[in-house]
Amino acid sequence: MSPETADGPVIEVTDLRVAIGRREIVHGVSFALHRGQTLGLVGESGSGKSMTVLAATGLLDAPASRVTGSSVLRGAGTTQLVGASPRTLRAVHGNEIGFVFQDPSTSLNPLLTLGRQITEPLEVHRHLTRRAARSRALELLTAVGIPDPETRLDGYPHQLSGGQRQRVMIAVALACDPLMLVADEPTTALDVTTQAQIIELVRDLQERTGTAVVWISHDLGVIGQVADDVVVLREGAAVEQAPILDVVDRPRHPYTRELLAARPVLGHPGPAPADADTPVLLRAEELDVHFPVTTPTGRSTVHAVDHVSFAVRRGCTLGIVGESGSGKSTIANVLTGLVRASSGSVHLEDTDVLAARGSALRALRRRIAMVFQDPFSSLDPRVRVDGAIGEPLRVHRLAARHGGRDARVRELLDLVGLPEAFASRYPHELSGGQRQRVSIARALALDPEVVILDESTASLDVSIQAKVLDLLADLQRELGLTYLFIAHDLAVVQQMSHDVLVMQHGRTVEQRPAAALFEAPEADYTRRLLAAIPPARPRVAG
Amino acid sequence: MPAFLAHPVARFLARRVVYSAIVLLGVMVVTFSIVHLVPGDPVRIALGTRYTEEAYTALRAASGLDRPLPAQFVSYVGSALTGDLGVSFRTGQPVAVSLADRLPATASLAVVGLVIALVIALPLGIWAALHEGRVSDAVIRVGSQLGVSVPDFWLGILLITLFAATLGWLPSSGYTPFLEDPGGWLSHVLLPGLTVGLVAGAIMTRYIRAAVLEVVSMSYVRTARSKGLPPRIVTLRHILRNALVPVLTIAGIQLATILGGVIVVEVVFAWPGLGRLVYDAVAARDYPLIQGAVLLIAAMFLLVNLVVDVLYAAIDPRIRLS
Amino acid sequence: MTLVDPSLPDPLPHEPGVAEPADGAPVPPEPAGRLSAVRLLATNPVTVAAAVVLVVVVVLAVLGRWIAPYGENEVDVVNALQPPSGAHWFGTDELGRDVLSRVVLATGVSLQVALVSVTFAFVVGVTVGIVSGFTRGWLDTVLMRLVDVMFAFPVLLLALAIVAVLGPGLLTTMLAIGVVYTPIFARVARASTLSVAVEPYVQASRTMGTPSWFTLGRHVLPNISGPLIVQTSLSLAFAILSEAALSFLGLGVQPPSPSWGRMLSEAQGFLGQAWWMSVFPGLAIFVTALAFNLLGDGMRDVLDPKQRTVIEARRKR
Repeated sequence: MSPETADGPVIEVTDLRVAIGRREIVHGVSFALHRGQTLGLVGESGSGKSMTVLAATGLLDAPASRVTGSSVLRGAGTTQLVGASPRTLRAVHGNEIGFVFQDPSTSLNPLLTLGRQITEPLEVHRHLTRRAARSRALELLTAVGIPDPETRLDGYPHQLSGGQRQRVMIAVALACDPLMLVADEPTTALDVTTQAQIIELVRDLQERTGTAVVWISHDLGVIGQVADDVVVLREGAAVEQAPILDVVDRPRHPYTRELLAARPVLGHPGPAPADADTPVLLRAEELDVHFPVTTPTGRSTVHAVDHVSFAVRRGCTLGIVGESGSGKSTIANVLTGLVRASSGSVHLEDTDVLAARGSALRALRRRIAMVFQDPFSSLDPRVRVDGAIGEPLRVHRLAARHGGRDARVRELLDLVGLPEAFASRYPHELSGGQRQRVSIARALALDPEVVILDESTASLDVSIQAKVLDLLADLQRELGLTYLFIAHDLAVVQQMSHDVLVMQHGRTVEQRPAAALFEAPEADYTRRLLAAIPPARPRVAG
Repeated sequence: MPAFLAHPVARFLARRVVYSAIVLLGVMVVTFSIVHLVPGDPVRIALGTRYTEEAYTALRAASGLDRPLPAQFVSYVGSALTGDLGVSFRTGQPVAVSLADRLPATASLAVVGLVIALVIALPLGIWAALHEGRVSDAVIRVGSQLGVSVPDFWLGILLITLFAATLGWLPSSGYTPFLEDPGGWLSHVLLPGLTVGLVAGAIMTRYIRAAVLEVVSMSYVRTARSKGLPPRIVTLRHILRNALVPVLTIAGIQLATILGGVIVVEVVFAWPGLGRLVYDAVAARDYPLIQGAVLLIAAMFLLVNLVVDVLYAAIDPRIRLS
Repeated sequence: MTLVDPSLPDPLPHEPGVAEPADGAPVPPEPAGRLSAVRLLATNPVTVAAAVVLVVVVVLAVLGRWIAPYGENEVDVVNALQPPSGAHWFGTDELGRDVLSRVVLATGVSLQVALVSVTFAFVVGVTVGIVSGFTRGWLDTVLMRLVDVMFAFPVLLLALAIVAVLGPGLLTTMLAIGVVYTPIFARVARASTLSVAVEPYVQASRTMGTPSWFTLGRHVLPNISGPLIVQTSLSLAFAILSEAALSFLGLGVQPPSPSWGRMLSEAQGFLGQAWWMSVFPGLAIFVTALAFNLLGDGMRDVLDPKQRTVIEARRKR
């Protein structure tokens, strides 16, 4: 892609500042974007990346927010978007700037036909007749690759998959041939294979129409796939601003270097392979789970896990990987007793996990622990850190005497790298990474043999994720823990696992030692998953 | 699965009908128990000073109270479903006839009340939600709080004091059937209707505000705005259309509040409706009449909510096309 | 209307004493703890005013006997139907009884009925709701159908039917109002329990082999208390109104106890001549109910951020 700099930038943002109340959130960000180019805005949560773009495009509507600086759009005329009147902004939105948002499941109006949602901007901005707008909508649906577009025009969002809904959103955004497309984390809620398709689609359309794109993402891999230039944001300030290759190859700011080092990348060497004679600790055979599902129109059954078998060796990690709906989390829930299996068996050494009752079950709960995904909801907001970590000790009447429990809590805090003073804090006084460390400490309180990590680092920012992954690896070595590492991110799984189980639609796709699997994937689906992962090198690097 | 259930709407409605039937059966258990939970002998209490051995046996047999409980319940359900609600202890008239007599008065009061409530609540609730946090929202919120806290019978008394006793503009009590004299009907229904409507309107304003606020925060409203649509279209097509489903639910449920409020208001305004009938029946311990009126009102509530479900299915494509 | 970036840091200034997290992102907004909830409530002048009014009401209820200038049944036929004056601030009724004293002395009964009936509704409703929400399954279905059945009756009609069966009186009034407001507590408690039960912290507690009662007491109850407190305040308002309505119909509090509702029903015969007979008792009901409603509403913003109490009141499945 060669940027057509001759025309001057489509949008030029200078010293943009956003304050909410008296607190400044975005501190003077500047960037310019040319026709046919893509600008990537990358940053972790709280970096103000969405806010910057929404403020620059006049779509920010937070209460008590104040935007200063300049954002000039050069379309048919020259428009200053900062401080523009609502009428001016309306003429720009959907017409010269199109928007795609993160969550495709809620960004479309559930009560309007897809056709209607696409034709709306055409009627308002282009004054097309219903008929003309409809034929344009058909054209757009075809262009974004919706199968059977004619019928779909009269269909509704709930009849589409998440990826298809995002395609429709793109069709809506591009309806009026905008100069500029704002894509705010458009693939974050999607599976990795769908993400690859959406990236491909936007690039294709961009090549055809020459639309400039602002792509907001927390994921450097995705940005590398789409962007020509990158702005790295941190706490509302641009710490680095350069062409993508420079950012990747010659990062100047330490924060950028940290981000690059922390991001999970395929090919990161995993743990050293375990000895072949390591005994199996946990074995599941022909595990099968059905769920009843009730909808307003009737009941149905979901076959969440379909006759899956696996074995985890002592002191090793089995990575379970799959996209949403693959049944990987259901397996975790079966092992911890949150969900009942329909058939099959699970054994921890000689103990039947699914049949255990009473004291046998209590004993079992001490041997299998779990760490959940969301650091913000896995700790009770009303219970202090020492109470949370101490709960399993209290319930199993361990370390109770002479302040023994307090001592054990301090020991556990130390183990996960938190200061002892954190014992008296409430969860809302901790950051996401700290909370996840507390969750890990709680899981380790009973000296379990098996720890189930269900997407335990997926909600963390990459820099924090890297630290927590390191902690988990250290703990495994020190304590001889056996992990069931459930994740959607293949790179993270590769980094952590001795063996890998790939799942799709509740079934086993492939199950092999990690090294072999990543070297030469056998199943077609595994190959597709691997191919969909954004490569470490930006696309422009070739 | 029977063939007619192949369509999702049919399946949805069938579920709702079955659900309503189950609840109706529960309602009948409650109304049936009214007679049986009375400490002492309801027939003896009802006869009071008119008590004679013959009258007692006759009334007891006529109301079926001499048979075993389960048999009584089965025949109660059977006859209630065919419109036979027994005879009044006091007048000996069939309960169904008394109820049918009073129904039009109550229905017209409830409808006028609901219309007034909607006329108040829809614009105010929507306006408050769309101007959340502004002065007008605060005023509407406080106003609705005042309305929710007013005892309806006191409001009725105040309205009578002002418009009937002091200004003499409107009659303080009584009822004229609409078909006989529409003007007279209107002048009579205005004060009680306003009493019912103001209180129900205040409650509904709050719920409608909450329902619209919920929609306003949805991501698709942001999408609509990002298309550069005029605010009018964003509000009508995207916000209000989606808020319609919860608002319908609210209106259906508020009917219960209105029917409940109607009892006291009918007493205040001497309105010859079901509420007044229940009140008189309670005073006279006329249990079959109480039973019948309570059942009728609860059944009306269930029916209205079933109608709301039908509308639901019509509005929401997720039910129509699931 | 807001378009807030989900990755936005908390726009509230950081509370003193809360250290900036060492590793990672700023802390997002979080339901505040007990102490700061009270502090937040105190910043809302309307809520504070409502609380002050309620304190006055409670004082009148407890100390009314010593505050009221006259006895509730001190008949003084010579001074019947006197308009408000220095001797009788709220005037006198048709028997010459002091309206102010009667209004003050009726406070206790009203509050007593409201407190007892709402306590009953709370205990039964919350128990049913938590059991329903935590066990799920057939018990949940049965209990919720029962609740649906009770919701099919207008509140006052059901209360009336109960009074009809048991005969009028103080105890019946409390029972009737208590029964009538039980289902709303059951629904709010169930919905809150359902949403808390799927929270990872409750799931985590279960995976440790924690007994259900411990999980319920430690994690579920404290986390559903917000909506329940709000609902209690709102229900107290409705109980005051319902008791007044029943008494107005002559089926609630019985003479010789004075009651606001009954005073209004007696005032009906004198609407043109003695406005004070109907205005003051009505105002007493209105102000008390309003104070409970405003307090509940103020607490909702702080204690019930998911607006469980609004949603459940208009839910039907």
